[in-house]
Amino acid sequence: MNAEQLAARRRQNRAGWAMALPACLLIFAFLITPFFMAFGLSLTNQRLISPNPAEFVGLRNFERLLGVGLLTLDPLRDENGEVRLKGGEPEYPRIRSFTRGNPDYPRLNRMREWFRIDLPGDRQLVVLAKDLVFIKALKNTVLFVAVVAPVQSGLALILALLINRPLRGINVFRTIYFAPVVISMVVVAMLWRFIYDGQNGILNSLLGIFSFGAIEPISWLGNTSTALPAIMAMSVWQGVGFHMVIWLSGLQTIPQPLYEVARIEGATGWQTFRYVTWPGLRNTAILVMVIITMQAFTLYPQVQVMTRGGPLDSTQSLVFQAVVRGYEKQDIAGGSAISVLLFLFVLAISLFQRYLTRDRD
Amino acid sequence: MPAQRLAKLSLDYLLLAWIALVFVFPVVFMVMSSFKSDLQLLRDSASLRAFLPVGDLSFDNYAKAFQRAPIGLFILNSVFITAVTVCVSLLLASLAAFSFVFLQWVGRSVLMAAVLATFIVPFETIAVPLLLIVNNLPWIGLDGFKTSWLNSYQVQIVPFIADALTIFLFVQYFKDLPKELVEAARIDGATWFQVYRRVVMPLSGPVLATAAILKFLMMYNNQLLWPIMVVQEESYRPVMLGLQYFFQLNTAWGEIMAYLTIITVPVLAFYLVLQKAFIASIASTGIKG
Repeated sequence: MNAEQLAARRRQNRAGWAMALPACLLIFAFLITPFFMAFGLSLTNQRLISPNPAEFVGLRNFERLLGVGLLTLDPLRDENGEVRLKGGEPEYPRIRSFTRGNPDYPRLNRMREWFRIDLPGDRQLVVLAKDLVFIKALKNTVLFVAVVAPVQSGLALILALLINRPLRGINVFRTIYFAPVVISMVVVAMLWRFIYDGQNGILNSLLGIFSFGAIEPISWLGNTSTALPAIMAMSVWQGVGFHMVIWLSGLQTIPQPLYEVARIEGATGWQTFRYVTWPGLRNTAILVMVIITMQAFTLYPQVQVMTRGGPLDSTQSLVFQAVVRGYEKQDIAGGSAISVLLFLFVLAISLFQRYLTRDRD
Repeated sequence: MPAQRLAKLSLDYLLLAWIALVFVFPVVFMVMSSFKSDLQLLRDSASLRAFLPVGDLSFDNYAKAFQRAPIGLFILNSVFITAVTVCVSLLLASLAAFSFVFLQWVGRSVLMAAVLATFIVPFETIAVPLLLIVNNLPWIGLDGFKTSWLNSYQVQIVPFIADALTIFLFVQYFKDLPKELVEAARIDGATWFQVYRRVVMPLSGPVLATAAILKFLMMYNNQLLWPIMVVQEESYRPVMLGLQYFFQLNTAWGEIMAYLTIITVPVLAFYLVLQKAFIASIASTGIKG
């Protein structure tokens, strides 16, 4: 290599770095650094503003978040050994007697009851959690993902199949179905707060009109049993157009001649879908599931705008709790620990989805 | 046309139209309600009148909404933050992608892999540590030296300029451009930056549109989580934070609907005009499948 080539290579090296550096530096400073900091901070007791320097506390934050305990309760018995009844039901010792500094149950100290299961022989199994609000946030988020991911991707595929036909004016429908995607989730959530309202909400009015008064008005966001499903339905409404478009672009990569062959062979609609369409959509399916799962795990604006976690923590979410702790309570360490858990979930899911689809290709 | 086909066709359209109603009704309700008094709004919501421009219609809600909160300021803030972020983002992302695709340099593949891998890190998982970082960052601006980025424009702009998706879009696009164009320009003695500016960028209209639309949606629509954490002062608030002004004492639903209409309808109009480009930009995130 002569001197001139060396100089040219050095110039290219310099130019390459110079052009890539601004974007890379920003990503390093504002994405990669906080990402690794989250892991570090989650092992400390860092606060946003504190006179004392942060200390290393090991996995204490995670233990606090994830700590659960089990307790088997025997019913209370009277002097004759008979089960004491209260309102026809067996009476049990109060949970507080185990969780408030009971020296026999140090592990259960300060825990709160999550739920209980009836066991044979009038006994009860009580599941307790150290951080009940967080455990509920975790449960709700997982439930949200488990429902929204399949429902939303399934409906999106159905919409894509409906739209992917040579009908006159089909673009108008595509445009309408996609429209909610360009509306901010904040606006959507605000709007649906009114739609779901128990007194004046138009959902109740519409249900009343179409059922001729058979369906009673419900306060959709005020009930522990309907609040999370209401948020799920609204989220699907807002996001389904996004994934419809991704399915649509997948559908359009399937060669037309395959459909011709299927038609000539006399395949039914379902057979055509099963043996022509679906195999051609495998890559798209992975992508749609990964994107939906990532979006669903980061459930936040809906909760912030509509319920702030209520009623009775039935709509708490991981991100909402990360904000409550990291910002409102200035507990950076606790918020970071939640962030780390959240990331591990997202990572695990995307690795799992990749693994599921790898060997078949 | 045989009667059977006609029947099937009308059924198809009926189904499509019903689905369309599901997607349209909240928006129609929002716009109609924004012209009604609270009293009428609540009364109409019991019937299908909620979706019709009936009764006393006026711009009162809009006037009152502007009085209640400095909406103009919030809109300016949002537009400013979004515009600056989108422009700088397109510039830096296209430069980086150009370097990744067309130049040979030490560390290129490692750096590119690291940058693109950040795609799977949701912003929500880094927000809390990022709060700690920006709380302790110094800044020298027109109004002098500050020891923290809280309550500022830059805290809502700088962290969002560079992202993996935008760079990825440019990388994908540049890979499909003919390499000969770049080589020919180099042989003619153009510097790398000249190649970028005079050869590659003029050919990048489609990817610029795609990236701009996606970035715009990400910025304008998502200004909630982060501003809640870093902006307490009114003067730096974006539109999405302005909503809280309407929940004092009595919830003023008419004004809320007016405010929602103001911040949403321009985006929807923009979308309707450019709907092909909007939909293509979302579809292009699916290329990597």
